[in-house]
Amino acid sequence: MKTTIKSQPHDSAFYHALTRKMVIIMVLVSFTPLLLISGLILEQYNRSYREKVHAHLGELVEKHCQNIDGFLTEHLNLLRFLVNSHPFEQFRDETFLEIKLAQLQLQFHGVFEDLGVVDDQGVQIDYAGPFKLMQANYKNADWFKKAIISPYFISDVFLGLRALPHFIIAVRQEYKGRVWILRATVDFRAFNTLVENLRIGETGFAFILNKAEEFQTKPPLGFFTEKDHYALFLNDTATEKQRVKIFEKKNAAGKENLYVGAFLKNGDWLLIYQQNTADAYRDLNHARKVALLIILIGGIVIITTAIWIARRMVARIASADREKNMMNKQVIETGKLAAIGELAAGIAHEINNPVAIMMEKAGWIQDLLEEEDLKDCQNLTEFQNSLEEIRNQARRCKVITHKLLSFARKTDSRPQPVQLNDLLEEVVGLSEQRAKYAGVSFHKKFFANLSTIEASPTEMQQVFLNLINNALDAMDNKGGSIEISTRQHKDHVTVAVADTGPGMPAANLEKIFQPFFTTKPVGKGTGLGLAICYGIIKKIGGHIEVESEIGKGTTFYLHFPVEKTVQPENIQQIQGE
Amino acid sequence: MANVNVLLVDDETTFVNVMEKRLKKRQVHVVTAFSGPEALQKLAENSTIEVVILDVKMPLMDGIETLSRIKKEHPLVEVIMLTAHATVESAIDGMKLGAFDYLMKPCEVEELIEKAETAAQQKRAQEEKIIEARMREITLRRA
Repeated sequence: MKTTIKSQPHDSAFYHALTRKMVIIMVLVSFTPLLLISGLILEQYNRSYREKVHAHLGELVEKHCQNIDGFLTEHLNLLRFLVNSHPFEQFRDETFLEIKLAQLQLQFHGVFEDLGVVDDQGVQIDYAGPFKLMQANYKNADWFKKAIISPYFISDVFLGLRALPHFIIAVRQEYKGRVWILRATVDFRAFNTLVENLRIGETGFAFILNKAEEFQTKPPLGFFTEKDHYALFLNDTATEKQRVKIFEKKNAAGKENLYVGAFLKNGDWLLIYQQNTADAYRDLNHARKVALLIILIGGIVIITTAIWIARRMVARIASADREKNMMNKQVIETGKLAAIGELAAGIAHEINNPVAIMMEKAGWIQDLLEEEDLKDCQNLTEFQNSLEEIRNQARRCKVITHKLLSFARKTDSRPQPVQLNDLLEEVVGLSEQRAKYAGVSFHKKFFANLSTIEASPTEMQQVFLNLINNALDAMDNKGGSIEISTRQHKDHVTVAVADTGPGMPAANLEKIFQPFFTTKPVGKGTGLGLAICYGIIKKIGGHIEVESEIGKGTTFYLHFPVEKTVQPENIQQIQGE
Repeated sequence: MANVNVLLVDDETTFVNVMEKRLKKRQVHVVTAFSGPEALQKLAENSTIEVVILDVKMPLMDGIETLSRIKKEHPLVEVIMLTAHATVESAIDGMKLGAFDYLMKPCEVEELIEKAETAAQQKRAQEEKIIEARMREITLRRA
């Protein structure tokens, strides 16, 4: 029973599940390493690229700081040189101051806006420049307070008396016990341009903050100030030591920015370079997009291939299962036949003994009747007839059992020379009873000197029994005839089994040799009979054909190659001798 | 009718009994046995037995084995195999071992007698040949 269940064909759901499993496994197996490796590489690349960008920007900012510091120092030194190289009296001469300013402006493209001499009371006692600031009092100005207590000073940017952004470079000097200050105003625009020079990409720019978080240069238009972020630089004491600090943070607009900060002017000012990360890592993002695209395309290819391979494999498996299933059925059918054969042999033997006794007993009564004086017995003839009939029926039993026995003998499936005429005779003998009840008569047209073929007698019996049974089924109770004929050809013999049944439509003819195709009612046919016949005949190198006409009947032609050692010519020669 | 000495061997007692009666009615001298060993014993006791009718399928010692024993111990006694199991193989085996012929159950008593007679004739002919040969040997020796 188990084998029958096992050999049953799987339904489509099973194969779908199998396909799905295979696809999942293949996709997982291919994707896991792909994703792991690409993720790892991407992460590594990401990190190193960021490091590179950070290092580059850090260096750039540092250099820029140095530039700005250099700019400030250079201008400071100029003033110091000016102060040191001329006596105070000369500075009192307004013309001298104007000449010096003109010289400086010429030399430095108008970086210096004006020059002024301020006494220790904060009064500008001398002035050269475009503004009317003679006698201006700086006593309360922040810069003055700081400048008067240190040898030199650079102020933050402020509006001052002139109401324009500028900053001051001041150098303190002593003259006759009193200090005085040479003050120069640096044009804000010139300085701003210097800082603004640091522009990278579309969103990268630099600006300077003082410690009070006031802009010392003009940030570009449409710029969000993020004082909180800048405070991070200002509050971080480590920044001063490190000089350059870099971090990434989201701004108020939700965009992630890269901030690079470095102190300059002895830690008074903070140069901040700010750039949108998307802009800063443009190349990285591009590479990432390309990698993702490759992974996506690769993934699609992998999935498509996996589905394709899985479908093909499952189709193969399904066809192999079908074949195996058919083979199993065939084995079972053959096994059944062998079992029937053994059973038949057993029954035949067991029956023959009692039949023999019955026959002998009847014979003995006949013997005894001859001895008796039964002239007056009216029923003597009846007795004798009955006894003879018993003996006749016993002989009939013998014929039947011997047919069964000869069938049982041929359960061996090894190929051996088979004389089809004899085999057909036996098969017809076995089917005769059924044919009689179905009202079907057999007509045999056998070629006398038919060559033997190399085949298994059991399988040949199976083939012809199948064909005859099919023919009988087709003519079911309506009666008709089955003509079985054999013909000899040069290298093959042909057996034709023709019935006078209803015939088959052409559509069915194409399918009759396919396994599980049946036109019989459910439970009656397995749909394997003809498929098995086909398999058996193919196996021994023959082929089977079918012709059918609706209303006239169906004919099966079976062609078998003749046994190679004995050719029909030889047979005729032997018989001729 | 015939004057043949027959040993009928079969494990089917009813069959043996009725056949014995039918054969005796036809002037056949019948001795019966119901198994292989019994048949060998009867043969040893009775040297007049010419033909053994032997069933192939019997318990203990089957017909083929009995046949080989008979042929070994009594080479001139002819054996006709009687079988319900009409396998060509067992018949061929029997013939190879020296059985004279084989019959299939159920069989006609006349057919059986006919075969037994033929077998007996062959046995007698062979015996004559042996006697002739011996005589020739003796005369040659004397000469």
